[in-house]
Amino acid sequence: MSQVVIIGNGIAGITAARHIRKRSDVPITVVSAESDHFFSRTALMYIYMGHMTYDNTKPYEDWFWDKNRISLVRGYVDQVDTEAKKVRLAGGRHLPYSSLIIASGSKSNKFGWPGQDLDGVQGLYSLQDLEQMEKSTAGIERAVVVGGGLIGVEMSEMLHSRGIPVTFLVRETSWMNFAYPPEESAMINREIRAHGIDLRLGTEIERIEGDERGSARAVVTKGSETQASETLPCDFVGLTVGVSPNIDFLRGSGIELDRGVLVDDHLRTSAPDVYAAGDCVQLRNPKPGRRPIEPLWYTGRMMGETIARTLCGEETAYDPGIWFNSAKFFDLEWQVYGQVPAKLGDGEKTLYWEHPDGGRAIRIVYRAEDLAVTGFQLMGIRYRHELCQRWIADGCPLPEVLENLGAANFDPELYRQYEGELVALYNRQHPGAPLRLRRRRGLKGMLELLRAS
Amino acid sequence: MAAHDPSSRRLPTVLRSLGFAAFVIGLVVFLAALVLGGYQLTPEGLSALEASGKISPDHRDAVLAQLEPLEGQWFRSPGGFIEAVDAALGAANSDLGGSLGDYQQGEYRFWITREASRGPAAGRTTLLFLLSFVLAALGAVAYFLPRLWLEPPGIKNHGVWFSSVRSRGAWGIALGVLLIGFYIGLYFFPAYIVNWIRLADPASRWLTGGPADRWFFYGFLYTLAILVMAVRMAVNYRHNRYQLVRTASVTFFQLGFAFLIPTILGALGKPAYDFKNAWPLDYHFFFDWHLKELMASGALGWFILFWGIGLSVLVVPLMAVFFGKRWYCSWVCGCGGLAETLGDPFRHLSDKRLKAWRVERFLIHGVLVAAVVMTAIVLANFFTAGSGHPLFGGITWKIQKWYGFLIGSIFAGVVGTGFYPLMGNRMWCRMGCPLAAILGIVQRFQSRFRITTNGGQCISCGNCSTYCEMGIDVRWYAQRGQNVVRSSCVGCGICAAVCPRGVLRLENGPTEGRINEVSLVQIGRGRIDLA
Repeated sequence: MSQVVIIGNGIAGITAARHIRKRSDVPITVVSAESDHFFSRTALMYIYMGHMTYDNTKPYEDWFWDKNRISLVRGYVDQVDTEAKKVRLAGGRHLPYSSLIIASGSKSNKFGWPGQDLDGVQGLYSLQDLEQMEKSTAGIERAVVVGGGLIGVEMSEMLHSRGIPVTFLVRETSWMNFAYPPEESAMINREIRAHGIDLRLGTEIERIEGDERGSARAVVTKGSETQASETLPCDFVGLTVGVSPNIDFLRGSGIELDRGVLVDDHLRTSAPDVYAAGDCVQLRNPKPGRRPIEPLWYTGRMMGETIARTLCGEETAYDPGIWFNSAKFFDLEWQVYGQVPAKLGDGEKTLYWEHPDGGRAIRIVYRAEDLAVTGFQLMGIRYRHELCQRWIADGCPLPEVLENLGAANFDPELYRQYEGELVALYNRQHPGAPLRLRRRRGLKGMLELLRAS
Repeated sequence: MAAHDPSSRRLPTVLRSLGFAAFVIGLVVFLAALVLGGYQLTPEGLSALEASGKISPDHRDAVLAQLEPLEGQWFRSPGGFIEAVDAALGAANSDLGGSLGDYQQGEYRFWITREASRGPAAGRTTLLFLLSFVLAALGAVAYFLPRLWLEPPGIKNHGVWFSSVRSRGAWGIALGVLLIGFYIGLYFFPAYIVNWIRLADPASRWLTGGPADRWFFYGFLYTLAILVMAVRMAVNYRHNRYQLVRTASVTFFQLGFAFLIPTILGALGKPAYDFKNAWPLDYHFFFDWHLKELMASGALGWFILFWGIGLSVLVVPLMAVFFGKRWYCSWVCGCGGLAETLGDPFRHLSDKRLKAWRVERFLIHGVLVAAVVMTAIVLANFFTAGSGHPLFGGITWKIQKWYGFLIGSIFAGVVGTGFYPLMGNRMWCRMGCPLAAILGIVQRFQSRFRITTNGGQCISCGNCSTYCEMGIDVRWYAQRGQNVVRSSCVGCGICAAVCPRGVLRLENGPTEGRINEVSLVQIGRGRIDLA
């Protein structure tokens, strides 16, 4: 290994670079077409909303890269030559590599709707998208956001923060009801509406109409089931209908591609010494219950480190471990540990508690057979990653989890704790020997439990 | 929730605008009161001065004799008047054979100028009091409260970096200049701001029966600012019980301990002691004039003496072992109280660079050494004074004076608060406070406090670092899954509040494993760490 080249300076590429540097002195070059320095993509919305500046989103100061001898190249890779082992930048410059890591991220989906390329129509993924959005939404009257995923909620929140009225079109009859159980999905619907967003469930986009200057003027919708059509005047359309791997520049390189860059268990592509990490990856053999493409901050970070280990002589297979994720929908925080499906599978049961105010919930999924917990989902409440993961990994039975549940609470001090209500709910559902909440929130209890198991 | 119903928004929106207008009028009245009017010593004024007891009987006749030629003269600007007063005081000093010290001359200059002021505040003090302090305060509250009806609770930092006043724009710089000017006037040129000080007379007469001096005026304004801005904090963080209780705590300690109790004690002729102010932040506690004052004040004085020593050397550091320095710095302290309320809109302006951290460690520990050395010298002098040959002699007075000037006034006041809109709200606490330095050492090496990072949930967004008033790069730790154990952390809890992923929690617990190199989460069988 004499020269590592990394395509992409997002979380996957940068994590790989940092971990290679921790273990080795090999020269590292990171190429990005997007930005001079690594920034946190997840924070783009906060720049638009005025919570942070672009500089605030950089996790490392600019001197960091020189100090760690990671050279940053600004440029667009338009060709990878796996025979001669070099990448070509637009403009003709070549960078030879001994090991190549492709971490080129995603691009926003467009599904061929008429008018999708008009001015004022865009997705939100890159820094350039944000700059475009800043220009396109200056002084506008009304916006429509299409697509019921997390980015759709974020975009609605961004526009709303600028006082722009938003209509939010979601194809499903309840927000992301294919991924969330009905109660949580309904809670998110309520949260979106409580902020004054005109949420249209069961509504799809038919086409976008433009004016004589080629700018978006209106969105024509149709009911997912009713087929009823409506024209919504607007001057900005956010298309947030998912992302797909950004791999077009690899076509013809000989690297095997499908929807993403195909990789084996060690994140190796079909070409020698070429690895791939992050959003652009498609796993040939995903773990049971996991998808082959998982465009997530966390998976990008894990993949980056996995490759770094392998490259530095500690061959490591990619193992994302027990699923976890989190997000914030307007003011509603969400965390999940383990598997919490929208519809319970065979032999799965659930215990769900919701606060009377409808803004907080705790759900635990467990196996009917041995009561082993398999998932935790929290709405408006924070739980400890370590403990939830440990309980799931150990297959800890629900009664034991419930009695200790207070220790998993990660809300700030002085916050009310609701674990007692969850236990009371369980006791009502399972008359007989009532359970008693034995632990309340606190670090001491958590450490005792972690040590004991 | 009816937040999207336009008709339900009308009333709060109007109230908000009216509140803003009222605040601006109050501020304009306050600013105008300083510069309007003039200065003139009248016969009534001179007799009031004579009766006030502000001029010592030893000096009274000489001073009043020299002031007599000024009687009736009208001065438009304070500068001309003060020049004339200084000339009179200089002459009186010669008449008294040079027995009038600098300090006394300053006090006399202030009281004479205060008496001579013929600004708007002199004639209609109560009206002006209502139109400035009361109107501005009520206006501000009317501006903050309607947010309860305008938006659901939650973190709303919308437009913080677009706001001129909050992002070092023209308005921010203007506010900084105003605050810096205010502190320079207050500390070094009090005679020039007598018109402001007189504005506080209605409150002073009500509480103490006497006219306001500059420290009453400052304490009153300081407390009012905390009360009003605490309303803002409570509205903004109404979903967060930690912030609500913490804000209530700093407000309580300011109003009761820092303002009312010392003011009332002073009015009763007792030592005006702030029972929560600990050495070495309270750097003059061991000054000989203060020790003598306490010893001459009977049982209360001795109680204060033991209380102050116990608080400083035992209670404050010991509490930091159990709860971190936060129990003092962001729950009790007056400087912290102002920073967490009036200063909150500027918290994101703190410098997060590694370079700033280096400067911080150098400065704050430098001030601590200076405070300890000064106190040691002062005490050595105090205990050897009885022999007639104090150990350090006259240099002690100079050291005290320079410390008071550089650290007590310039650093803590002018920079500490004046720079809120320029460098954030904790410049003094982070870079200069010697008590914070001591507590920081405790917190770093011997405390149960830390900010726990929640496994692998961090997305490196940077909200925590951006809104850390102490300039800690919280994200650096959070994204590595490492606990935040930093001497400067005052435990305000805002990082945990603004985190969109539920990653951070302030907590006290077993010290074992407090400073962890990597996360407790070993993700997957590959034992991936995050560092």
